[in-house]
Amino acid sequence: MLLRSIKYLVGAAFAGVLLISFFVGVSNYLSSPPAPTAEEEFHKHPKHLALASDGPFGRFDRQQLQRGFQVYKEVCSACHSLSLVAFHDLEALGYSEAEVKAIANQWQTEVPSVNPETGEPATRKALSSDRFPAPYANEVAARAANNNALPPDLSLMTKARHDGGAYVYSLLTGFQPQPAELVKKFPSAKTPNGLHYNPYFANLNLAMPPPLTSEGQVTYAPGNPKPTVDQMAKDVSAFLVWTAEPKLEQRHATGIAVSIFLLFATILGYLAYQNIWRTEKSVVRETGVLDPKNQAKTARARGKAGITG
Amino acid sequence: MSFAWAKPYEPKAPIMRWLDERLPLPRLVYGAIGGGYPVPRNLNYWWNFGVLAGIFLVVQIVTGIVLAMWYYSSADGAFNSVEHIMRDVNAGWAIRYAHMNGASFFFIVTYIHIFRGLYYGSYKAPRELVWMLGLVIYLLMMATAFMGYVLPWGQMSYWGAQVITGFFSAFPLVGEPIRVWLLGGYAPDQAALTRFFSLHYLLPFVIAAVVILHIWALHIPGSNNPTGVDVKDEKDTLPFHPFYTAKDGWFAAGFVLLYALFVYFAPNYLGHPDNYIPANPLATPAHIVPEWYFWPFYAILRAFTVDFILPAKLWGVVAMFSSILLLFFLPWLDRSPVRSGSYRPIFKRFFWLLVADVFVLGWCGGAPATPFYVALSQLAAAYYFAHFLIILPLISKFETTLPLPDSISSSRLHGEKKEAAPVGAPAHSTTIAG
Repeated sequence: MLLRSIKYLVGAAFAGVLLISFFVGVSNYLSSPPAPTAEEEFHKHPKHLALASDGPFGRFDRQQLQRGFQVYKEVCSACHSLSLVAFHDLEALGYSEAEVKAIANQWQTEVPSVNPETGEPATRKALSSDRFPAPYANEVAARAANNNALPPDLSLMTKARHDGGAYVYSLLTGFQPQPAELVKKFPSAKTPNGLHYNPYFANLNLAMPPPLTSEGQVTYAPGNPKPTVDQMAKDVSAFLVWTAEPKLEQRHATGIAVSIFLLFATILGYLAYQNIWRTEKSVVRETGVLDPKNQAKTARARGKAGITG
Repeated sequence: MSFAWAKPYEPKAPIMRWLDERLPLPRLVYGAIGGGYPVPRNLNYWWNFGVLAGIFLVVQIVTGIVLAMWYYSSADGAFNSVEHIMRDVNAGWAIRYAHMNGASFFFIVTYIHIFRGLYYGSYKAPRELVWMLGLVIYLLMMATAFMGYVLPWGQMSYWGAQVITGFFSAFPLVGEPIRVWLLGGYAPDQAALTRFFSLHYLLPFVIAAVVILHIWALHIPGSNNPTGVDVKDEKDTLPFHPFYTAKDGWFAAGFVLLYALFVYFAPNYLGHPDNYIPANPLATPAHIVPEWYFWPFYAILRAFTVDFILPAKLWGVVAMFSSILLLFFLPWLDRSPVRSGSYRPIFKRFFWLLVADVFVLGWCGGAPATPFYVALSQLAAAYYFAHFLIILPLISKFETTLPLPDSISSSRLHGEKKEAAPVGAPAHSTTIAG
């Protein structure tokens, strides 16, 4: 008897403590509702960004990736590393081997190395096989140069944030003066000196100053769209989608082939299943196997299928 | 193995006869998943998920072994070795995404398999051990999945390890030493990463071993079926091969197609973006959440917010472990002799309420701990415990069940003229008491 009622006691204990927690929580909420925060009210979801790489058939727009690379090279790379990407990976954007070699050779930061004669730390020009050298020697140097903020590595940025490319695009084009409304409602949330208001950033204030400020900041080769701030932001976002997922095109192409194969396998498997169960299904269609009418039907079906015994 | 009419293995080719006399391995396979295993003829598609779980176990072991050839379990190198697999190893991205999503799909099919067992009373006599071995597999899966998620050493890996091993510190006195002993240090670091990798490689093989026991225990009474009525004679069954191999075959191909759509077209949909940020012990993510398959339990953990006799954290941890451990007692909590929920009108309603409840818990567990989600998870968690420990025992006492069909074959006969008494109940009585 005691043993049998243990379950009720345990159940009542868990459910009871949960209900106490619930009522305490609700009464706390009613007596002192949590104050709204500036983040809750002013944080915005990223804007829509359509890229050629979207969707199951998406492929990269190589012209756009090259423009995006140019923006990274001329603007972002001053502060942000791209540590998972090697120069020779750029061949996937349509650059020739010689062009990649030249890009590596002329890269603004050199690669840390060792003086072959003295063994002292030195630097050398980058090679195609090198990964992009980081703009700062270490984290301390990066923070010292950036008001104690650390510019994150961009290799995986579009996979490390919700909405990836759209987030980067929104952030780059989202710098704006802090709304007067916000300061009026949340005086303590006023953007501190040295930070920059951006409603697409989680806590609204970002150490990075607006990196793309004027049309023509980067000069695109003839035949490309006008380098407006919006266009440059789109291009560099597309480039960062590539750096985060360089195998995207192979993934889509393989996926389509695999899906078609599996679709055929499923259909063939289904037909085989129908074929194997044909006689057994006609047994039970209306009134069950024990019914004499059904047994006659079974015999007929088996005869038709050439099954004896 | 299970029924008198099970066809014995008859080797035809001389080589098979030779083998059968020396090592009857083909005989074992034939009796387990071949023509020698009679299966109720009326299984519906919910019965396909056990085989699917086996398929995903194999997918995980195969992809995992390949990944382990390239991965290194070093706190400095783990994150970059995963990115090396993604970028430079031939088809590495495919293997890695297959493994990542394979874990999620393993849990999807396992959850469906568990809920099928709950609805059709597959945990009841004589299948209690099948059910309990299944729960052991599920616990091993959870441990394996948790440790696997730590291996890429991203932000969620690190902080997930921090939070989950932190559960143990809720226990007074012994808790903190146990936590330090498990991690091999005061916080997750090299020692923890190496041992998690070692165990993550070991446990799938332990799972495979328990799967063999699970199937062995299943083959003694044979499979349950949607009516829950025992198999009476040969008319009730069909040999596993070719009937269920064909049914499982096409369904598995279709399900793997669904899996492939995730692997190739939405590989990160079920993951968390923060795990693409390398682990940083100095920066706590805004919302630490486990993988989706742990969300219901995470919601139960966070639902306890009041120190009532015991500290809230201890309540949460004990409740979270209990929420699974109580399932081991299920065969004795639900004493109704009728297995299938289809013949239990009241049970059926509460069953679907439980399904909805677990979805609500999952939803709360994945959401930030705002007052709304915490309050909702408190109600949902209270129902979860009440369902298994109070409602289910009471239903099984007072419910009037529907007449059961005479046999599996006659259940296909729509006018069920004869009623079968449920196992253990007096004949001609449809009211189940005691």
